[in-house]
Amino acid sequence: MSPDRTLGHPTAERGQDVIHNIGYRGYEGPRLGRSYARRALFTQSLRGTYGLGRSAKSKVLPMLLFAAVCVPAAILVAVAALTKSKSLEAGYAEYVLLMQPVLGIFLAAAAPQAISMDLRFKTMPLYFSRPMERSDYVAAKYAALSAALFVFTAVPVLIMYLGALLVKLDFSDQTKGAAQGLVFCALFALLHAAIAAWIAALTPRRGFGVAAIIVAITVPYFLISALQGIALTSDNSSAIGWLGLGSPGTLLDGIQSRFLDGRSGFPDAQTLTGAQGGVYLVVFAALVVCFYALLLRRYRKAGL
Amino acid sequence: MIAIESLSKRFPRVTALDRLTVGIEPGVTGLVGANGAGKSTLIKILLGLSPASEGTASVLGMDVATQGGAIRERVGYMPEHDCLPPDVSATEFVVHMARMSGLPATAARERTADTLRHVGLYEERYRPMGGYSTGMKQRVKLAQALVHDPRLVLLDEPTNGLDPVGRDEMLGLIRRVHTDFGISVLVTSHLLGELERTSDHIVVIDGGKLLRSSSTADFTQRTAVLAVEVTDTDEHPDGTAALRAALRKAGLAPHEPADDSAVAPGAGHLVTLDIGSEHGDTEASTASASSVFDTVRDTAADLGLGLVRMEQRRHQISEVFTERSADDVA
Repeated sequence: MSPDRTLGHPTAERGQDVIHNIGYRGYEGPRLGRSYARRALFTQSLRGTYGLGRSAKSKVLPMLLFAAVCVPAAILVAVAALTKSKSLEAGYAEYVLLMQPVLGIFLAAAAPQAISMDLRFKTMPLYFSRPMERSDYVAAKYAALSAALFVFTAVPVLIMYLGALLVKLDFSDQTKGAAQGLVFCALFALLHAAIAAWIAALTPRRGFGVAAIIVAITVPYFLISALQGIALTSDNSSAIGWLGLGSPGTLLDGIQSRFLDGRSGFPDAQTLTGAQGGVYLVVFAALVVCFYALLLRRYRKAGL
Repeated sequence: MIAIESLSKRFPRVTALDRLTVGIEPGVTGLVGANGAGKSTLIKILLGLSPASEGTASVLGMDVATQGGAIRERVGYMPEHDCLPPDVSATEFVVHMARMSGLPATAARERTADTLRHVGLYEERYRPMGGYSTGMKQRVKLAQALVHDPRLVLLDEPTNGLDPVGRDEMLGLIRRVHTDFGISVLVTSHLLGELERTSDHIVVIDGGKLLRSSSTADFTQRTAVLAVEVTDTDEHPDGTAALRAALRKAGLAPHEPADDSAVAPGAGHLVTLDIGSEHGDTEASTASASSVFDTVRDTAADLGLGLVRMEQRRHQISEVFTERSADDVA
């Protein structure tokens, strides 16, 4: 490499005539192809959801929300330490469900950022004029969003777990609880990321995306919870379980109370019957697959 | 570089490409066509993103139907429209795009720094792109198409939205992409005039059909046209018509006035005539051009008309079309 080609002397290289002298260097190195590009897009999008690699301003909201979801976990541990309690005030999965409003806001901010912006600024053609296929793009974005949400929920769970061990709560109980909690975080992330990604892909406008995702996640949850409450007071409590299928939040609540030893958030702390449990799992899987397919479909035509 | 063999693309309502057959050699090739002539459709097919209805095409010796991914690894593409996120800096953006092309992280950063410098972006490359001028944005778009050192770049209307100076700079840059970087270029435009200056070869398509494919030299010969505007006087109330008649007498062949419908505003007061279109070599045509200038000047002076302007004009693509249909035979 000749010295005049080295970087770090931008002032000496001003002016067109100088540029000619620098000369063009080709690239003979490796071209790593589709799977590498997919991974790179995944990493970039995941970092982007927390504002990493972006402007300082765009770090503020994700970091505040991250603090908002972590601090109560630490407080739970502190309370357990002070009261010399035998267990944490809230279970791991239960904690995640309690934090749903914060998770909703995080997701509503992250998904349009990761997905709508590429549509809005018409960046898609630049991706698709490169080796990656549409399916690679969708897979990377969905995985990034799921991972972002998983990290967002799993870190408070880990804080609770480590705190529980520090205050010497029962090791095997806590380990089992935390493991189940992490499984729940993964389920939560997979479903919510699929819904949010699809909604975000429908609109190039970030504002619409944010509002639509918050509505889609919270309104059905409160509606179903209210219906369940009515079912309980009208002595129709067998309907509570079936009603729970109607929103992502109650669906996950049912699954965690049935399969992950969680405390049920349903009225009367109902848990699912065996048949209901099976249906819940099927509906969960169907929703994830369905929203992913819709997302793929959305990008079938988007492009140049 | 590119071989296109009776390529057609039909949409339910329109035929975008109609059995197009053309070969494109290394170098700078201009692809000219009016809006809707099928330029963008052709680019999409060449990138392997859209299947052709019939016919075949290959880019760098690879079949677009089956080897799209491999083609896109070695081809760069600069879209016509704005495609840059405003909250990211040029450096970050181009690094990301380099990685999307498969370059490892370190190489992506080095190539980005090199490429941005080559397209003429310096300190401003660290600022968010939202604050860039159109010219700077076009440079970033070009940089992202070049960052992975492709063998061929497809540039879709790269001069769109630029002012005359920016246009000239972009055209110069495109020329250098080939001469200095050794990368072949396929550049589209609806203005034939600007492609004359950059391209070695020009392909004209219209309605999805090949109208012409020839070297730029052939084109410039055809398109050398002189436009003359004169004042009216009491003696010659229609100065334009008088000049046209006098020029014909002087042995030149001014074009007949076009039908009103096709005339651009003000064009009715212009006399246009070919300069040396029959002459093959440039020296002869330069000589004849200057004699034409003299004749026009003298004729106008003899008639006592004021010569408002006399300029050598570039043809717009539509004029090539009408000219073509007029003397279609050859």
